[in-house]
Amino acid sequence: MSRYLPHPLLSLSLVVMWLLLTRFSLGHLLLGSVIAIGAGWVVERVQPPKPRLRRWHLIPRLFFIVAYDILRSNIAVAKVVLLGPDNPRYHSGFIRLDLKLRDPNALAVLAIIVTSTPGTAWIEYNREEDWLLLHVLDVFSEDDWQALIHDRYEALLMEIFE
Amino acid sequence: MNHLNDLPPWMAILIATFLIIGSTLALLGSVGLVRLRSYYQRLHAPTLSYSYGTLMTILSSILMFSYLETRPVVHELVIGVFVMITAPITLLMLGRAALRRDQDAKLAHEEAVPARETLRASPAGKLIRDVKRSGHPEPSPDQPGP
Repeated sequence: MSRYLPHPLLSLSLVVMWLLLTRFSLGHLLLGSVIAIGAGWVVERVQPPKPRLRRWHLIPRLFFIVAYDILRSNIAVAKVVLLGPDNPRYHSGFIRLDLKLRDPNALAVLAIIVTSTPGTAWIEYNREEDWLLLHVLDVFSEDDWQALIHDRYEALLMEIFE
Repeated sequence: MNHLNDLPPWMAILIATFLIIGSTLALLGSVGLVRLRSYYQRLHAPTLSYSYGTLMTILSSILMFSYLETRPVVHELVIGVFVMITAPITLLMLGRAALRRDQDAKLAHEEAVPARETLRASPAGKLIRDVKRSGHPEPSPDQPGP
């Protein structure tokens, strides 16, 4: 099974994408599946670290947390842009975090979450020392970003991937 | 423009609302690129366009064509997924490249960044206070205002 279908998740998403882009029919289902399985073999040659999802049921929860946070920070950043960066109420700056997360796929998801959230930008990650440098647009000096990122995303991602 | 006449008013209002919110966010993202001060602040601006800006535009497109063709038209979601994957990676690489540049005294630029040693010494999760422009003698904070 795994020899012929080395990347089941990738192949499944490719079939779904193929059917979304075309109208559903048996012919397209077959054609899409052939292409998806072929793509799985090609990707196998690149030897990416395979994602091992341990707890599927936590994914919707992470999704809603992220969707809510992005909505909230959209509003916050829109305010900063409207009021102007010279407004004394806003501080921007760099923040270093210590990460416990090690799985490369989980780190990729965390990078996308952090960067997609307006107001936080992923600047640098050091794998040897496990720290991450963020740039935050609107930061209160007493905020603890270590706990914030850990509680909201990192702990969930660790449960899902590790 | 005939097919637009087939839309009932409540549907047209709903679609227009989503579209206006989406395009306003995209506009604000572009305004941010002009208004924000430092390079790293400007990294935050485009996220407005591609997060909920894209989502709202996609939603209005899905609503309109699903209603007009009386079948679910959801292939726009593929655009959303690809934007959501590719845009952060671009910003991430831009941020990394800028940090490498600004930490180097020879390549010194306008931006103030924490030096490599400051980074390791600073407490985790807290705002890094010791931020300098490398290559410039006088230290100046990244943040405007007190």
